[in-house]
Amino acid sequence: MKSGWRSGRLLESILKVVSLLAVIIPLLILTFFLITVFLDGESRLVPQFLTSYPSYKPEDAGILPALVGSIYLIILTSVIAVPIGVGSAIYLEEYGNGGWLDNLIEINISNLAGVPSILYGLLGLELFVRALSMGRSLLAGAFTMALLVLPIVITASREALRAVPSSLREASYALGASRWETIWQVVLPMSASGILTGVILSVCRAMGETAPLIFLGALTYLAFLPDSPMSPFTALPIQIFNWISRPQAGFAENAAAGIVVLMVVLLLLNGIAIYFRNKMQKRI
Amino acid sequence: MKFCLLFLSVLFIFIATSCAKSKFVEIDGSSTVFPITEAVAVNFKEKAKDIRVTVGISGTGGGFKRFCRGETVISGASRPIKESEIELCKQNKINYIELPIAYDGLTVVVHPTNTWAKSIKVSELKKLWEPAAKGKILKWSDLRAGWPNKEIHLFGPGTDSGTFDYFTSAIVGKEGMSRGDYTSSEDDNVLVQGVATDPLALGYFGFAYYWENREDKNAKPRLSAVAIDSETGKPPIVSSFETVSNGTYQPLSRPIFIYVNSDALNRSEVKDFVAFYLEQSSTKLIRTVGYINLPPVALRLVKDRFTNRTIGTVFNGAKAGTTVEKVLQAKK
Repeated sequence: MKSGWRSGRLLESILKVVSLLAVIIPLLILTFFLITVFLDGESRLVPQFLTSYPSYKPEDAGILPALVGSIYLIILTSVIAVPIGVGSAIYLEEYGNGGWLDNLIEINISNLAGVPSILYGLLGLELFVRALSMGRSLLAGAFTMALLVLPIVITASREALRAVPSSLREASYALGASRWETIWQVVLPMSASGILTGVILSVCRAMGETAPLIFLGALTYLAFLPDSPMSPFTALPIQIFNWISRPQAGFAENAAAGIVVLMVVLLLLNGIAIYFRNKMQKRI
Repeated sequence: MKFCLLFLSVLFIFIATSCAKSKFVEIDGSSTVFPITEAVAVNFKEKAKDIRVTVGISGTGGGFKRFCRGETVISGASRPIKESEIELCKQNKINYIELPIAYDGLTVVVHPTNTWAKSIKVSELKKLWEPAAKGKILKWSDLRAGWPNKEIHLFGPGTDSGTFDYFTSAIVGKEGMSRGDYTSSEDDNVLVQGVATDPLALGYFGFAYYWENREDKNAKPRLSAVAIDSETGKPPIVSSFETVSNGTYQPLSRPIFIYVNSDALNRSEVKDFVAFYLEQSSTKLIRTVGYINLPPVALRLVKDRFTNRTIGTVFNGAKAGTTVEKVLQAKK
């Protein structure tokens, strides 16, 4: 018995070290990557880089339309994906009775989560760009990205809803609240931070995706900012991809600087979202 | 509730703003032609601020699919239009004007420490790259007696690339026919990296990738170009701005094109842009972005095609390695 207890302790400390390494190694790799990219792009990380349009002269080229396009894209994507995703999660968790329809929806959501992103690009091209004649617009891009991130939003929201103890729901019913009042005033506020985590993850995914946008025909060069959801657009990953494939060394620096900008925007987004999440957690 | 309101109001903005239209010139096509089109668009913006030029990189084939549906008015192409694309354009009643705008010189490169391969015959390149070479031509000595008995490591573009199409048709004799056992990448910078770090390497890619990487920051050589012996009795020629432009670097000088929707030329913004494009293609701009100017005589013929609005293709079916002016004159 005693030796078993001891080997348990040993096992535990081994596990501790292994999990610590599992955290440190990816962080080290990421830091190394960030530092090298930063050094490569350092010379181009000037304010002008953020405020200029693309150019054939690497030293004049900037990232403005791509940056603005990416920001518009993720805003539109969340506006589309969050209500639909949270709505589906509420249905499945709160209203669904586990019948064949629920099972069908559930299987489809898990299937969607496993579909390669390039297929979403093809779907978006046929459905949004051509069939619904949205053209190669921000709106078509946002709808495609929304489809792409829906499974993440739904799964995360369901987990968050499930984490709300049923005793709270019952207490609310006991006070005479209807189902909808219970969901709106008890369940949703309790699970908001979990839902927000899912939304952050999905927005970051949408921000970094390139393949569906290329298929969708997001552009590489445009010298104006999108001024409506029907406007053509470009996005950060596409601009970076384009610069990386150019022969001139100056464009490689631009690509590195673009990667730094993308990382900073992602960190900012995450920071803002984590701030709000913590605030909500405190309220509860 | 808040969500719903937000959603509805955003939808409303979509509808309200989607009606506003400005003057667009929609361009898509080959990523090879992209740097030129981008450069022209940048300069055009200084001239005409209110015209919005957009350029995509769906590839030559992807670009033609859009062009022949009438979704774009100009399509960049690193090879002439194909039969299937001609058919598609015909079905949709899209008439096009074919305008060669520059040359690219496909360059065969080796590592700078390679002392033996200074020039190579076209027949040797064929022997090296044809499908039958797979698993057989594995050493430099298999290629030419006297070359070292060491492995040869091959680098080339992937099958999706226009460079691959042109090289196989000019060297092997049939488009798309190539050995498969070589390191391929759609990203030419990967090929540059491969050849520059491997003393036994041989690779091919567009001139710009050779020119920009021929030496590193400290002027130390990174890549050497191999002279091409066309076996017509003339001495072997290395690719350069001059030899490609004057047509002596053969058969690996390939023209690159823009195809213009001829009906769209009735829109003044499209017409102005194409006219400006042709003007710019005689300037140094082409060289800045890594391509080679067409000789003045060829450019004049190209401009004639534009002013006369000559519809259709003459480069489809033209033999690889024929100069632009010869192809244009032959059909005149």
